[in-house]
Amino acid sequence: MDCILIGSNVKVLAKAVQSLSRLGEELYLEPQENGLALRTVNSSRSAYACFLFSPLFFQKYTPPKSSTQRCKMVIKSVQAVFKSLSSLEKTVEKCRIELDIEKSRLTFTLHCKHGLLKTHNLSFQDSESLQAVFDKEGCANTLTAQPKLLVDTVLHFPPSLEEVRVSVNDERVLFRNHVEDEAEQSKAMMTEFCLSAEEFDRFVVNMHTCITFCLKELRGLLVFAESSGLPVSLYFDEPGRPMVLSLTDSVLEVNFVLATLSEEGQPRNHNSNMRRVSEPPITDDFMNDDVDYIIAMEAGELAGDSDWPEPPRHALTPPRLHGAAGDQQESSGECEDEDGQQGAVETPVEESGRPPNKKFRSLFFGSVLPTPSQMSNRTLQSQEVLASDSEDEDGSPSP
Amino acid sequence: MRFRAKILDVGCLNSFTRVVNTISKLTKTCTLRLTADNLYFMLSDKVANGGVSMWCELDQGNFFDEFQMEGVASDANEIYLELVPENLSRALRTAQNAKSLKAKLTKKHCPCLTLAAELPSLSSVSRVVTHDIPVDVIPRKLWHDFREPTVPDFDVSIYLPPLKTMKNVIDRMKNLSNFLVLEANRSGQMNLKIETDLVSVSTHFRDLGNPPCDGGSQGASQDLETMAQARVDIKKLQQFLSSQQVNPSKAMCNIVDKKMVHFVWLHENASLQYFIPAMA
Repeated sequence: MDCILIGSNVKVLAKAVQSLSRLGEELYLEPQENGLALRTVNSSRSAYACFLFSPLFFQKYTPPKSSTQRCKMVIKSVQAVFKSLSSLEKTVEKCRIELDIEKSRLTFTLHCKHGLLKTHNLSFQDSESLQAVFDKEGCANTLTAQPKLLVDTVLHFPPSLEEVRVSVNDERVLFRNHVEDEAEQSKAMMTEFCLSAEEFDRFVVNMHTCITFCLKELRGLLVFAESSGLPVSLYFDEPGRPMVLSLTDSVLEVNFVLATLSEEGQPRNHNSNMRRVSEPPITDDFMNDDVDYIIAMEAGELAGDSDWPEPPRHALTPPRLHGAAGDQQESSGECEDEDGQQGAVETPVEESGRPPNKKFRSLFFGSVLPTPSQMSNRTLQSQEVLASDSEDEDGSPSP
Repeated sequence: MRFRAKILDVGCLNSFTRVVNTISKLTKTCTLRLTADNLYFMLSDKVANGGVSMWCELDQGNFFDEFQMEGVASDANEIYLELVPENLSRALRTAQNAKSLKAKLTKKHCPCLTLAAELPSLSSVSRVVTHDIPVDVIPRKLWHDFREPTVPDFDVSIYLPPLKTMKNVIDRMKNLSNFLVLEANRSGQMNLKIETDLVSVSTHFRDLGNPPCDGGSQGASQDLETMAQARVDIKKLQQFLSSQQVNPSKAMCNIVDKKMVHFVWLHENASLQYFIPAMA
């Protein structure tokens, strides 16, 4: 593989690497016919991210001629190549990336101002193909927003917050912080942020749903989205099914796939789920109340401290690991789950008798080593559904 | 017990935010006392706080466009809440360009001080952010812990030099010692001193001016040059100085010789008193 990028695109590439570094430790680099793919997965394998830069993104792009080339390396070493992002655009005129598997060499050459030439030879490991299973077109809900809107939203939540709950109905989206257990909840500040449908470029809600996911990956994507100014699309469905954050441009496609928290004893049927979580939190309708605003609270009640009513949120029942969705196996012919790989992904759930409080479902990446002939006629779409989450833990659906 | 308040003016919101930010830098938890006219942020001098106490008084009329409260009883028209000022500060930070901010006492999963801000948006519908800050309602029988501290019978009262200067000096001294001796006299001189086995450092300020004598034991008999001094935990002093977001219109310090230092900050619409005990 041999490719050359001009200055402004070097920055885009560097931002992409920075964005990926928010998720995972390792960067999977794979030159394909349809462009250069940069991928990563987080340590718990609950989040996956892929940037695909089409050949047009490059000044020159020569995919590998003979065999497939894949390699992975520590992201930090790639970040080191693009040391300071701010000055990159000013100083770097051209960047050349060469991957020579035979010679085991990955070279980044930065052509800087004043004829300065910086060459980075990176060591790497061979790797399998990293693929997540997802189907964004099949998701019931699609929201598209300018990155600024999401950046403003995320700002309302503290940096320490790990997970956020998002519920949608026809008119609005509500973000709330997700707190694990009730004891923590009485100490933590609860924040709700409400956005009207009008603020989104595209707002398609076919299912009133409420999902919980990690903010970290969203923040990671926003690093890139903010600098590129590209609108972000969110594709999601019922709780427990993966959520896809996506950015597209004529020369690039970005997909972040995040696990969402599944909820206990919840029917996995679309219809019964339809209006289930429709109007939760603004029960007290704070902004609109002008008359009935006061909630009496007597100090005496505090003595009997068990008097507080249960929080009006069913959502706080401890969610548990849900079985993998079988219907995501879109290209089952190509799945060959390797046991070793699966072992790393699985989390023992039912053994301890009591399921753990919370689990994000792993996205189950199978490692696939297709033959070169398969490789050459594969389209982008089929690239993304190589492996399936085959092992179903749904054997005992409820505790 | 009821409470509801509203801020519409951005300037008021900013100055209230600054006060809360200051408080949040000073203490992890504090008591918020609400009366019909005032708000108080208080920290009583428990040993757990290192003997430090704080008393911050705000006139609600200077901040709020609407302020309604009903205390626990008609003969005790007050509310005492314990809260984490950092939460309040964070909530206010996200409401910086709000069109309006409402605060009220609510009973949700636990008693909460709920702040709701209406934020500008790209559409006709405002964005709304709501923060439920958990609070503990302090029962009436414990209120006596939170009396207004009496101004001590000080030996010397002196105006402070620019706080930034003082902070810079103390930030350096902190690296050398854990304790600092603050001393001042009634002819406008103040010294900041540290003494360790290896080094003695002293910074002298003069012509600071003394507030007009109105009581205390600053009798005419006492010598104007005599220094009153207090040895204090340098970290507490540093924390106090760095909590300040804006220079107060007046900053002074009262020293009770070998017992305590009492700082008074006067802002346009708020006052803050801070007590640091002296160490042996």
